[in-house]
Amino acid sequence: MSESIGSAGRRIRLPWSDVVVTLFAFILAFLLGAVLMVVSDPEIAPKWSYFFSRPSDALGASWDKVSQAYSALVGGALGGIGPITSTLARSAPLICAGLGIGLAFRAGLFNIGAQGQAVVGAMISALVGFSIKGLPLAVHLPLAVLAGVAAGAAWGGIAGALKARAGAHEVITTIMLNYIALGMLGWALTTTLFQRPGRADPISPIVEWSATFPRIEGTQLHMGFVLALLAAFGVWWLMERTKLGFQIRAVGSNPSASATAGMSVSTITATTMAISGGLAGLAGVQVALGAISGATPTPLTAGLVGSIGFDAITVALLGRSRPLGTVLAGLLFGAMNTGGLKMQSAAQTPPDLIMVLQALIVLFVGAPMLVRTLVPFLKARRAGKAPTTQAVAPVASQGGLAS
Amino acid sequence: MNTTYPRPDGTPEKVPPVPGDAAPADAEPSDARRADESSVTTATLAPYRHPAQLDEEVHLRTTESAEARRQRLSTGALIGIVAAVMLWLVTQTSGTARFALSNALDEVQLPTISVPGLPVVLVSALLLAAACVVYVLPGMGRWRRWAGLVAGLALVAGFLSWAAAGRSLPFLVSNQLQGTLLLATPLILGALCGVMCERSGVVNVAIEGQMLTAAFAAAVVGSVTGSVTAGLFAAMFAGVLMGAVLALFAITYLMDQVVLGVVINLLALGLTSFLFDSLVKPQSGELNDAPLLEPIQIPLLHKIPLLGDVLFSQTILAYLALISVVVVWFILERTVWGLRIRSVGEHPKAADTVGINVVAIRWSAVLAGGLFAGLGGSFFTLGVTGAFNDDITVGKGFIALAALIMGRWRPGLAALMALFFGFVDQLGSQVQTMGTPISSDWLKLLPYLATIVAVAGLIGRVRGPAADGVPYVK
Repeated sequence: MSESIGSAGRRIRLPWSDVVVTLFAFILAFLLGAVLMVVSDPEIAPKWSYFFSRPSDALGASWDKVSQAYSALVGGALGGIGPITSTLARSAPLICAGLGIGLAFRAGLFNIGAQGQAVVGAMISALVGFSIKGLPLAVHLPLAVLAGVAAGAAWGGIAGALKARAGAHEVITTIMLNYIALGMLGWALTTTLFQRPGRADPISPIVEWSATFPRIEGTQLHMGFVLALLAAFGVWWLMERTKLGFQIRAVGSNPSASATAGMSVSTITATTMAISGGLAGLAGVQVALGAISGATPTPLTAGLVGSIGFDAITVALLGRSRPLGTVLAGLLFGAMNTGGLKMQSAAQTPPDLIMVLQALIVLFVGAPMLVRTLVPFLKARRAGKAPTTQAVAPVASQGGLAS
Repeated sequence: MNTTYPRPDGTPEKVPPVPGDAAPADAEPSDARRADESSVTTATLAPYRHPAQLDEEVHLRTTESAEARRQRLSTGALIGIVAAVMLWLVTQTSGTARFALSNALDEVQLPTISVPGLPVVLVSALLLAAACVVYVLPGMGRWRRWAGLVAGLALVAGFLSWAAAGRSLPFLVSNQLQGTLLLATPLILGALCGVMCERSGVVNVAIEGQMLTAAFAAAVVGSVTGSVTAGLFAAMFAGVLMGAVLALFAITYLMDQVVLGVVINLLALGLTSFLFDSLVKPQSGELNDAPLLEPIQIPLLHKIPLLGDVLFSQTILAYLALISVVVVWFILERTVWGLRIRSVGEHPKAADTVGINVVAIRWSAVLAGGLFAGLGGSFFTLGVTGAFNDDITVGKGFIALAALIMGRWRPGLAALMALFFGFVDQLGSQVQTMGTPISSDWLKLLPYLATIVAVAGLIGRVRGPAADGVPYVK
């Protein structure tokens, strides 16, 4: 397992070649994204057919299109205090769920179930948020947050317990639990407990203000982001400074050796999945109790959580399962998602392009050898050294599925 | 000589009963893949003597490991819970349950079977309870497999009788079987893609992405050319293309394969949605209206009552799926290529040592797997409506992955698991139309709940190919 850019902090040496490779990974991803935009535009593509007689047409139109889209992307994410706070708010759930998935990775577990855990977390915290009335903020908000985290932890704990007790593969169980969580939410929204009185469509009441994350006046930045940073610090503390963290890392590196050394692999597996689920549940809490647009949190619906749990997998991978890396990756993806909305409205580019860009970034960052091959001068500089073969995420050497 | 020695893999060839010993003699010869930790054979050897004198001195006995015991008890507990639920359902059952063997439009009308609901549910509950006892009591080793089978059948029979009892409409058996195969078709093909990749040592989480891309390609090419065949080939090409991305990054650039799979899924989702929104949607008349696969009736055979409709009046895709199972089994178990695929999946270094090109074999296996995933993906467009939509595979690739793991990375077993999933899926929607008190939201979840129960209670720990997910560096 390689200690790389992450937050481990023991090696101060900055791996310059890694930084350069990462930079070029981004450039390559955005270049490919530009190509995709040009190719798929029905007005620009024909101009390339007469490129050799009048190159300015094709080049000009393509440049306009690409620069317009990318400047909208950057502007929408970072242009001014409004977009920046919006970016931070959007990153918060990604960071939380990413931390959970990264934690599971380090124990050699692949938690595809962050989506379901976030759904359950959102569901329960919203329930506490809108059904209890008349409590002060200082009691109600923590109660709602804890309820959501506990629900996520329980949902993740089911998969962990099944793995520990019966040996059920966590990839299968978490996938199934995702569907079950979503189905349960759909069903719950038709019951009197969850459905807003007087409404026929599946939508919940609005969360009480006393359970809403306080936010900075005039911006979208709410306290959830602070919680996300605290969670990142907490995970760092857990992994690097506690016995449990050491055990999690040990089980992730070599379960047999850990068992021989006297650790209970099954207990640690179950505990890790529960903590991981709790963090994913916190992501759900962020969505349910934080006002992302408008003054109040969006009421609970079947699609409220979106695809945060799946996006967070990529965040964890890009962050190399380390807390600091995950925070940075979460900020990046939050920015891209925020900017993507602006890109759609200002440059009429489908926001799915963001998904392609995110996938390409992780792809290139994960394959440094390819970047070195594609970028000639990097290759020349590295000619003397043997190629590195590091993996992005420290999944146990067995690989995710073969344990 | 009637002495028995432990075989190298730890399973006894013959276990002589030891009088007065409480430990069960689990005599069934289990295969080495599964039996890793489930039983421990201990041999008590006397001090060395001449082999001729050895006859009476060797005592072999099989003791159950803690893990096997836990697995057995949890399965037993699970069956017990199901039995209790079934007993409760007895109180909720009234009237007769009717099962129609043929649809109203069939040429040959088979009778509709009527059974009294309450007794059937009661007998099912008792059978389940008996199976539970077999699992919980030690020393019933040889009966356990049968008990599991009986429990499964009793569960289905009891549940169906309860659901159908006292309803105005009968339960349509032929619909159930037909739907099973239909829903299982993409899952079988997806799982076979996984079998090819993972047996060669490349983890494939990207089946979903491969199928999604293939579905898109099939819809667009099928619409432009107006030909189903062209659509099918385009789908296979797309599946292989995504397979090539997987192979390039996993085998050649040594990227972590689980990461890679997730990323390819994301890439496929983003690419297809982006192209769909920006190119296909504006002119969906020309680009998103592919012809449908027509059912092909096999002469004579399709006239067999009940089975004819199910097995011999399907689309080409269903036939291909069933044939592919045999083909993949044949490739893996009976050809040199297959032997090489398995050897690089289990121990690439050893394979390399005897001169097998590990990288080339893995590439070939992943590309071949792409063909199956591509065919599976074409089902979602050519097999259903002919039109593509965002994320049209709705996670079926992950279900195929689950079938692959539950099927222990073997083509036949994986296909069976896919059929199991199709069966439960179809069961949920059939029961939904019958108007049972269960909310339709929960019936939709039936396949996922059943999978968790099956994985946790019945299948337990599985072990994949030894070198699965480990990149090979010379």
